[in-house]
Amino acid sequence: MTELDGLKDELLAQVGAAGDLAGLEEARLAALGKKGRITGFMKDLGALSPEERRERGAALNAVKDAVAEAIERRKAELGRAALDARLQAERVDVTLPVRPEAEGRLHPISQTMDELVAIFAEMGFSVAEGPDVEDDFHNFTALNFPPGHPAREMHDTFYLPDSADGRRMLLRTHTSPVQVRTMLNRKPPIRIIAPGRTYRSDYDMTHTPMFHQVEGLVIDETTHMGHLKGCLIDFCRAFFGIDDLPLRFRPSFFPFTEPSAEVDIGCSRKGGELKLGNYGDWLEILGCGMVHPNVLEACGIDSTRYQGFAFGMGIERIAMLKYGIPDLRTFFEADLRWLKHYGFVPLDVPSVAAGLTR
Amino acid sequence: MKFTLSWLKSHLDTDAPAERIAEALTALGLEVEEVVDRARALAPFVVGHVVSAEKHPNADKLRVCMVDIGTSTVQVVCGAPNARAGMKGVFAPPGSVIPATGTVLEKGVIRGVESAGMLCSERELGLSDEHEGIIDLPGDPPVGASFATLAGLDDPLIDVALTPDRADCAGVRGIARDLAAAGLGTLKPLAADPVPGRFPSAVKVALDFPEEARDACPVFVGRTIRGVRNGPSPRWLQDRLLAIGLRPISALVDITNFVTHDLCRPLHVFDVDKLAGDLTVRLARPGETVAALNGKAYTLQGGETVIADAARVQSLAGVVGGEESGCGEGTTTVFLEVALFDPVRTAQTGRRHGIDSDARYRFERGLDPAFVVAGMEIATRMILDLCGGEASEPVIAGAVPGGERRIALRPDRVRTLGGVDVPVPEQRRILEALGFQVSDGPDGGLLAGVPSWRADVHGEADLVEEVMRVKGFDAIPATPMERLETVARPALDPQQRRGALARRALAARGLLEAVTWSFMDGRNAAFFGGVHPGMRLLNPIASDLDVMRPSILGNLIQAAGRNADRGFPDVGLFEVGPAFREPTPDGQDVMAAGLRAGGAVPRNWHGGARAVDVYDAKADAMAVLEIAGAPSANLQVSTDAPDWYHPGRSGCLRLGPTVLARFGEIHPAVLDGLGVSGPVVGFEVFLERVPQPKRKAGPARPLLRLSPFQPIRRDFAFVVDAGVEADRIVRAARGADKALVADVSVFDVYQGPGVESGRKSVAVAVTLQPLERTLTEPEIDGVGQKIVAAVAKATGASLRA
Repeated sequence: MTELDGLKDELLAQVGAAGDLAGLEEARLAALGKKGRITGFMKDLGALSPEERRERGAALNAVKDAVAEAIERRKAELGRAALDARLQAERVDVTLPVRPEAEGRLHPISQTMDELVAIFAEMGFSVAEGPDVEDDFHNFTALNFPPGHPAREMHDTFYLPDSADGRRMLLRTHTSPVQVRTMLNRKPPIRIIAPGRTYRSDYDMTHTPMFHQVEGLVIDETTHMGHLKGCLIDFCRAFFGIDDLPLRFRPSFFPFTEPSAEVDIGCSRKGGELKLGNYGDWLEILGCGMVHPNVLEACGIDSTRYQGFAFGMGIERIAMLKYGIPDLRTFFEADLRWLKHYGFVPLDVPSVAAGLTR
Repeated sequence: MKFTLSWLKSHLDTDAPAERIAEALTALGLEVEEVVDRARALAPFVVGHVVSAEKHPNADKLRVCMVDIGTSTVQVVCGAPNARAGMKGVFAPPGSVIPATGTVLEKGVIRGVESAGMLCSERELGLSDEHEGIIDLPGDPPVGASFATLAGLDDPLIDVALTPDRADCAGVRGIARDLAAAGLGTLKPLAADPVPGRFPSAVKVALDFPEEARDACPVFVGRTIRGVRNGPSPRWLQDRLLAIGLRPISALVDITNFVTHDLCRPLHVFDVDKLAGDLTVRLARPGETVAALNGKAYTLQGGETVIADAARVQSLAGVVGGEESGCGEGTTTVFLEVALFDPVRTAQTGRRHGIDSDARYRFERGLDPAFVVAGMEIATRMILDLCGGEASEPVIAGAVPGGERRIALRPDRVRTLGGVDVPVPEQRRILEALGFQVSDGPDGGLLAGVPSWRADVHGEADLVEEVMRVKGFDAIPATPMERLETVARPALDPQQRRGALARRALAARGLLEAVTWSFMDGRNAAFFGGVHPGMRLLNPIASDLDVMRPSILGNLIQAAGRNADRGFPDVGLFEVGPAFREPTPDGQDVMAAGLRAGGAVPRNWHGGARAVDVYDAKADAMAVLEIAGAPSANLQVSTDAPDWYHPGRSGCLRLGPTVLARFGEIHPAVLDGLGVSGPVVGFEVFLERVPQPKRKAGPARPLLRLSPFQPIRRDFAFVVDAGVEADRIVRAARGADKALVADVSVFDVYQGPGVESGRKSVAVAVTLQPLERTLTEPEIDGVGQKIVAAVAKATGASLRA
């Protein structure tokens, strides 16, 4: 048997020595090919007695199996080495940049409006809209601005030529005409917000001739000033994400509300830095009040039965406060550096469920 | 509205400090803008007694003064010509901040002599422009005393931003009344005893108005005062006026200014010797002129209320007095005017001539009509007290408009409207403190007679506000909104949702959202189809923002140009907003518009850099239409985009006759006109024109049937005339066998060698999707032939050899 042991060792050594697939094939042929060593021994089996044949056959098969297994193993090793070598050769510089992709952004005004809508939707408000080009009736008269009253002049109105039927046309100075249109077209109960463009002829550090407001209007039989307070406190705390944000209501004057209030939120101005929260100082952010009976009547609503509140606030202003945008005028310059810096990624959709702010 | 604490205390008996008063004012709706404590900046400055003043050994113009400041005597080098031994001046110690310069005073050595402080001029203390010499305090003030106290500057100045309704608080007394109601003190009585007339007035007054302008001046009272001496007013009066920023002029003028601010009762005094006869209050005639006390001359348009003598207009009523009859040093006889002028006309006159005055500010808010005579008596007494002389009998033209208004306040109304429970007796106390005449009303409520100075109170809601603002809005308990639905309904309607989706779809495509003006330059608007005449602003803020934009594209193109000028030529912008057609409620369209300028793919090491082209804009437009729910498979493309687009590289996306969107390269002439370099491609989508999807079936999708059989792909290259649109080939191929052809896509368009000139090769890949069974080769060939035949019939195409 030493003869076969020797053969086995010799053939396994040949297989193990094969440096590549071609060498391995050579070793296979030398062992198992038609003229291979093991094949040769197999042929010789016929000359043996059945007993010897069985014994030697089994031994030869064992050698054959061992060699075949070694060849398979070596083949896998060589294949793996060849793949490794190929992959090494395929190395690229992964520090190189990816293909360019433009990154779009939403304007902070749009994002802020979406946040407003998300919060007020929770409180049962729906969104109403109206035209930017209005007439004197919807912008002033129906809102209880007496003709010639100084409050009318405080609005710095942009005027357009009178309409064919003699109405004085103008650009709405606030979103309040949407209140009027809503009340003229719908019956109470009403709960709407009206975000949109507004216009006043003023242009300096803190004023632009176009800006955005959101109007709120609630009309039913029982809503009172306590609800106004509750609604705005809930809104401001949700919007600014400050659970203990204090609000201060101060009596004020608007022709279309009675009583009227201005609302301040808590802040700090220490060290010239504005910070919102319960810090003892105050910052005005919006005007509001109970809808004036004259407005209800002008809009065909029975003021002895229905009442409610209205509020209005500047969208740029609350966006600036929330997102730390320093200059109002930059909102409208369409400077791509500004839009990329202050803008919002499109998948960042504000919702009460997923969070208003990332 | 400005006043000092001591001025307020002349009407209000109170011990409250300025801070407490400021808080109370803001809580009352009289918003305090600021409280200026003028004493604070002057706190370090004390009275110093100059014990000696010797010439400086090394400088001719300097003196070395020894100054007793109470606690010690210090050496000060002083350059003032009036520094002398024995005088008392204002001493600034080292470490103090000089108000005029903001610099910190330090000990120093001046020409070899130590100086441990400074003697100050008025200018250095920020009191006046006086800098000729140091302050030489009159009298014998105590050494070391606070200069601020001595000068009456330790009197905080309070500045209130008045809302336009509170005419009554344009006088210190009105403010005091509100504070008294809020419990901050007691309102002092106001004496307005009649001054007996000693002679008939030299000047008479007539009202001369046409019937329709009777309200221009309902009442005018006045009287002559003769034998007056018009010198400077006393110090206390000058100090009050100076504190609120008014320049003292003369006793007579200062009195009118004082009464204006103290009692909200503007007055005027005419120098009788400069008047030609009696006064008439009337409407101005066009072209009349008046030289006003502000040094300017005005030519009247006619219709302004004026006070005229026999010769000329002497005063613009309620706005500004005339120079001609103004009082000066030599004035000995005056005519005092106390009148009511219509707020609207007064405001119009002021606005028309650009005059802001303290009188106009008050008249246009509406004065207390019942205070005309009392105002005259108070002013008369003040003139007699300060200027001497004797008063005539009053003259009165017209009549005080009267009529008490009474308003009922239901007992529960403060709670049901204001949300805060205030007991009826407390409501009554508050209203009475504000000057209302309160009696018992029906059903346990109140009946409130409105005081004459509260023209702003009209109805029950106003009474509620009065009660609540005195009670304080802090007392209103915050009440959560009642929840209408367990699960809130959507806030946006489908149309509004489209706008929100279009924004996010376009941003997802790499565009930056801009918000640009609704205005644009009318000259540029001409490039975009022009502007309806009703869309031109009568009073634009700037000449290049003078019309309402007919298209958003113009503003976006200019924005792209500005970005290019800053060094960023590759920019993609969009805006979802209004474009204006005509001045009607339906005359504006909600548009989603956008552009891409410069490179679509920037230079990069992967290659593939390219400029923007019309297909980028088309893709953007289609993306918006898709998200807006347009039936994208049914959209047709036409080549009739408006003329601000390149005529050969633009198109419209439409559903039959309705254009939903347009896109293309911006016309080079338009870019040229806007001063912007190309290429720029753009699109405009009419969001409201996209039909609302039919909701009959609800949100359920049609049943999906997935074929178990493999799709088969076959390519065809057609040769057609170069003018044939690829879309016709695609449509023909798709229509060849609607059951089997699932998709047709163009993958190559070729013109050049191998294709005869004037023709082009269009290669399409057709996907066949068998549904019933696997197709056999002959069946596939059969479909192929049908496709070739259909395309040939529709376009004259032949298969490319």
